[in-house]
Amino acid sequence: MIETRIDRRFAALKNEGRAAFVSFITAGDPDLQTSLQLMKKLPEAGTDVIELGMPFSDPMADGPAIQLSSQRALNAGHTMAKTLEMVREFRKGDNETPIILMGYYNPIYVYPADKFLADALAAGVDGLIIVDLPPETDTELCLPARDVGINFIRLATPTTDEKRLPAVLKNASGFLYYVSIAGITGTATPDPHVVHKAVAAIKQSTDMPVAVGFGVKTRQQVSDIARGADGVVVGSAIVSMIADSLDGKGAATSETVERPLALVKELSGGVFDILEG
Amino acid sequence: MSSNETILNSFRSGPDEEGAFGHFGGRFVAETLMPLILELEEAYETAKKDEEYAFELNDLAKHYAGRPSPLYFAPRLTEHFANLSTVGGGAKIYFKRDELNHTGSHKINNTLGQILLARRMGKKRIIAETGAGQHGVATATVAARFNMECVVYMGATDIERQAPNVFRMKLLGATVIPVTAGTGTLKDAMNEALRDWVANVDNTFYLIGTAAGPHPYPAMVRDFQSVIGNEVREQIMEAEGRLPDSLVACIGGGSNAIGLFHPFLDDKGVEIYGVEAAGKGVETGEHAASLNGGKPGVLHGNRTYLLQDDEGQITDAYSISAGLDYPGIGPEHSWLKEQGRVNYVAVTDNEALDAFQLCTKLEGIIPALEPAHALAFVEKLAPTLPKDHLLVMNMCGRGDKDVFAVAGYLGVEL
Ligand SMILES: Cc1ncc(COP(=O)(O)O)c(C=O)c1O
Repeated sequence: MIETRIDRRFAALKNEGRAAFVSFITAGDPDLQTSLQLMKKLPEAGTDVIELGMPFSDPMADGPAIQLSSQRALNAGHTMAKTLEMVREFRKGDNETPIILMGYYNPIYVYPADKFLADALAAGVDGLIIVDLPPETDTELCLPARDVGINFIRLATPTTDEKRLPAVLKNASGFLYYVSIAGITGTATPDPHVVHKAVAAIKQSTDMPVAVGFGVKTRQQVSDIARGADGVVVGSAIVSMIADSLDGKGAATSETVERPLALVKELSGGVFDILEG
Repeated sequence: MSSNETILNSFRSGPDEEGAFGHFGGRFVAETLMPLILELEEAYETAKKDEEYAFELNDLAKHYAGRPSPLYFAPRLTEHFANLSTVGGGAKIYFKRDELNHTGSHKINNTLGQILLARRMGKKRIIAETGAGQHGVATATVAARFNMECVVYMGATDIERQAPNVFRMKLLGATVIPVTAGTGTLKDAMNEALRDWVANVDNTFYLIGTAAGPHPYPAMVRDFQSVIGNEVREQIMEAEGRLPDSLVACIGGGSNAIGLFHPFLDDKGVEIYGVEAAGKGVETGEHAASLNGGKPGVLHGNRTYLLQDDEGQITDAYSISAGLDYPGIGPEHSWLKEQGRVNYVAVTDNEALDAFQLCTKLEGIIPALEPAHALAFVEKLAPTLPKDHLLVMNMCGRGDKDVFAVAGYLGVEL
C-alpha cells in the first residue's frame, strides 16, 4: 500500500537510531478544547506518534485509567465527529506527526465504516488500532482501510504464538503493536527482557517496525524497552495525569494541559538514552 | 394445526465456521483472547463427539440437576385465560418446569456442560458474570462440586437487588466481585469478566451464562440449553400426541429461549414467541428490549442487536428483572428475527408483576420475574387462540430470589 506518515516517521527514526515515543490520549478528555490544546503540544514535548483514543462506553481491554478518561470525554458530550474535528484542527499546524485512532469497533460500525474511513482520511488520520477486530474479521475494516491508504495496525500479544503470528502479520501495515503483558491497559508492569525476546522473535517474521505498549509508566521503563523495540507507547500514565489535574467537579484546570505534557517530556527522554550509550 | 413438516432450508444449521448466523455473531475479541476462544472451540468440538462426555453430562443432569424437568399442564391459568377470551378461545397452557432444577433455574444446564469442558481443558479457575445472580449461583454450585476456584463479577446495582443470591454464592465458596463501572449491571460485569480473562489466560475458564459472546459461546450454550426443547418434544408427544402450536420464553441474553426454540425451528407449524423486557415501556427508553428497541452493533465479541445511541455508545438497559437487564441479545435471535422465524415481543414491568402474582395465586407456583414476563405475554396471546391450541411456556426460574424485590414494588415491608 502507499506510504503513510507512519511509514515515513519510523523510517526517519531508524536513521536517527532511536525508537519512537508514542503518546496516547483520549479524544475529548476532559473536554474538547483542552484535549485539542494538549494534542497540539504533544509533538514539541517529545511525541513522535500520536494515538488518539475514540471514547467508548464499554472499553473491554482497558484498565480503570483509560475507562475513566473515556467516561469523562463522553460525559462532556464527545462524538466521533468531534474526534475527527480534532484531527483536522491538529493538521492545520502539523502535517508530519502520524495520528492513529484507537478504540473499539461499534462506534465505527454505526458511523458506518466506509463513511468513517473516508472522513478519517480526509481529516488526516494515518492509522487505526481497533481492539476488537482480530485478523478473523479483516473484511470488516482492515482491508477497506488499506484500500483507502490508512494503516491498520495489528496487536500481537503474549498469547500470539508462532502458529498465529502469520495471520496477525498478514494484512497489518504501518507497524506492529506488541502488547507487553497479557492483561488490560495500565495494570501489570512488563519485564523488558521478556519483551525484548518477544520483539526479536516477531522481527524474524516481519520487516515492519514493532512498538511496545501496555503498562509502561516510568522513564526507566521507556529507556529499557526502547533498546529492543522500534517504539514505546505510553497511555494510562499520561491519562492519569489529566485525571489528577482536574478540579473537584472534574473540570479542566490550568494544570490539565501542562502536567501531562511535563510527563511526556520526561518519559520521552527515555528513547534518546540509547544514543548516549 | 401442528405439523412435522420440515423446512428444506433449515433454520437449525447455524452457525457457520466463522461463528456467524447470517451476518450476526462472529468473533470480535481482543487478540489476547483469540487463541483462547479458538482453543475452546476445538475442545468443545472434540467433547461433542465424545461419548464419555455425553454420558457424564447426562448423568449429572439427571442425578445432580434433577432432569428431566416436568411438562406441567396448568389448569387454572388455562381456565382463567379462557374466561378472558371474548371469542370463546383460550389455549391449553403447559409450563416446562425448569424452575424445579437444582439452583432454581435453567442456568444449571449450561454450567454443568461448561464446567465439564473446563475440567477436560485442565483449567482450575472459573470466572463468570451474573445479573440476577442465577447464573452466578449455578456457576458457584458446579465449581464447588468440581472443586474449582470461582470468581463471579456482579454489578453493584444488582448486588443490592439480589442480595440472597450474593449470599448463596459466598456460601458456595465463590468470590463475588462488585463492579461499579458503568451502571453496575450485567454488561459491566461482562466487561470486567473479559478483563479478568485477558489477564489470566493460562489457568482461567470463562463460563458465560447466556447464548451470547464470541463464537463458540452462543452455539455452545444453545446446545447445552437445548435439552429443554428436546424434552418438551418428547413430553408433549406423550401428553397430547402431537407437537405444540406455540412456544413462549422470556429473553435476557436468550439462552432459555433458544434452548426451548431450537429443536422446533424447522417445525413450520410451531409458532414461536420471544418475550423481551419492556421495562417502563419501549417508548420511554427505559427498557431492555434489544430487538424491539435496538439496532445492530458489535459488543462483547459478537454482532447483534444492541441498545445504543446514534454514536454507537451502548446505553443502559432497564428492567424490573435483573436477569433480563442486558443491552444485547444472543446473535442467533437477531438472525431469527431478521428471518422472521421467531416473533419478538415485549412486556412491561407492571405486566410482569401482575403475571407474577397471577401465577402464584392460580397455580401455586412463584415464578421468577424473568418468566413472569413470558407469562404476561401468554396472558395477551392465549385469549385470542382456539381452545385446542397447545401452548408451552418455559418456566425457566423460580421466584424465591425475587420475593424481597417484589414486596418492595408492592409497597409491602418485610
Ligand atoms: C430465571 C431466569 N430466566 C431468564 C434469565 C435470562 O437469561 P436468558 O435469556 O439467557 O435465559 C435469567 C438470567 O439471569 C434468569 O435467572
